[in-house]
Amino acid sequence: MTTANTAMFQASRLNQRNEKVQVLYRILFGIMTLMLITPVLLILGTLVVKGGGVISWEFLFTPPTDGMRTGGVLPALIGTIWLVMTALLLSVPIGIFAAIYLSEYAGDNWFTRTINLAIINLAGVPSIVHALFGLGAFVLFFGFGTSILAASLTLAVMTMPVVIVATRESLQAVPQAFREACWNMGATRWQTIRRVVLPNSVTGILTGVILEVSRTAGETAPIMFTGAVFFTPFLPQSVFDQTMALSLHLFVAATQVPGIAEDVPYGIALVLIGLVLTMNSASIAFRMWLRGKKKW
Amino acid sequence: MTVAQAAALLQPAPDYAIDTKKLNLWYGTFQALYDVDLRIRQGMITSMIGPSGCGKSTYLRSVNRINERLGYVRIEGRIDVMGQNIYDPGVELIQVRKQVGMVFQRPNPLPISIRDNILFSHRLHAKGGGDVHPGTPDEIVEESLRTVLLWDKVKDRLKRKATELSLEEQQKLCIARLLPVKPKVLLMDEPCSALDPKGTEAVEELLWELRGQYTILIVTHNMAQARRASEECVFMLMGKVVEHALTAEMFVTPIHRETADYIEGRYG
Repeated sequence: MTTANTAMFQASRLNQRNEKVQVLYRILFGIMTLMLITPVLLILGTLVVKGGGVISWEFLFTPPTDGMRTGGVLPALIGTIWLVMTALLLSVPIGIFAAIYLSEYAGDNWFTRTINLAIINLAGVPSIVHALFGLGAFVLFFGFGTSILAASLTLAVMTMPVVIVATRESLQAVPQAFREACWNMGATRWQTIRRVVLPNSVTGILTGVILEVSRTAGETAPIMFTGAVFFTPFLPQSVFDQTMALSLHLFVAATQVPGIAEDVPYGIALVLIGLVLTMNSASIAFRMWLRGKKKW
Repeated sequence: MTVAQAAALLQPAPDYAIDTKKLNLWYGTFQALYDVDLRIRQGMITSMIGPSGCGKSTYLRSVNRINERLGYVRIEGRIDVMGQNIYDPGVELIQVRKQVGMVFQRPNPLPISIRDNILFSHRLHAKGGGDVHPGTPDEIVEESLRTVLLWDKVKDRLKRKATELSLEEQQKLCIARLLPVKPKVLLMDEPCSALDPKGTEAVEELLWELRGQYTILIVTHNMAQARRASEECVFMLMGKVVEHALTAEMFVTPIHRETADYIEGRYG
């Protein structure tokens, strides 16, 4: 009797096999996760090892000299900041407002479905096609010339779907019960959005913006024909100027300049990544501060 | 004062807070309500019972016009609230929602502080004048919370988030936040189904407190609750009103066979 009872709670063969399978899958998933972060670590590691040496205040704050073989990256760094900020100013309001309309106002009909389809397709258009569109539309048709404005407009068009999708998803993550509560107290749609929906989705929206910053700063093709130049020692004074940009500068330094020291392109890449990370950290900090406040 | 306002003043206040005439409602092609004629007495608690899908929630949701948000809802007939047909083209939806408050099955406090929850609707409507609580924000918060018997429990944590409260307290808060804009009718869609027996008792106690000042229409699946906590009772079946009587009478001597069968639990 006692032996039977103890046997009842001991591991059977089936239990042991299940346990083995369980460990196996755990290891598999762990390895996949490691594989996922390896490239990131490798890239960062290589950049720091090979390009860390050239980083100095002088590298950051002087223009390139001697056919870009010596000197720094200042015009490109400032140019990228101009491009990113202008693109953000253009695409974030449009993207967020469009997402609010799609999520909060539009009904589920063929028109909204078509718009959604268009947004998904816009996200899938290759960047070189955006570049040619930007050249045709903004540079030539609207007559902005090759300028920061034309380049930023191209970037804005390209990254808009990211903002719209991220915003719409975070708006839809706000429980429907909150909206019903508001409507039942006689709040209009806008009051509901302003007082309840937006404060509860702003962190998700900012995540979309962060994603956009990273993508905008790194894009090369769309700005190549529309506003970025190989070399200019001047800093942009307005959105109608041409400018250097880090991404294009990196491409040029790595492939088009004979006899350049090997560590310079790595240094440029490091500055670009550093810039993106700095902007991201700033918006993450802003996001945490907002989350703490939860009222604005 | 406009002519309409003067005429409204001359008329005696209607005894019925809600007067429904020949209300038919379709969700797409499905008809959910058939010729509903219901007069809900002012200042009383009326409960609505009936099996799931009988149309009681649909009726409730027509009284503050929350149904039409769905888009595919078609309505015929009229519902007069305090003597005014709320489906009249000239009626402002926002005012309907202000006059007819609604409490849901799951407490849905907003994720802001207790105080801000109470003041939410007041802030929406106060600037427009009209019949709102005239006091300062602090007075409004205190009075509303006292009315729902919550003040002593939460007076020291008004700045805390409303979602931290227990479900019972949340539900009371959801009732309290309707009060500052002085609604005439309170609709409650199974307000106690997410609560434990103690919470249910507390909310029912509150309903008796609010009685007289507000007309309360409560949908419930709980027969014992309908019996305990209401004065009149409406029994609905398949989108039609089968019986409407004093609660005490309906539960003792129901007129219709279907009512008797439902009350005794032979179907549900």
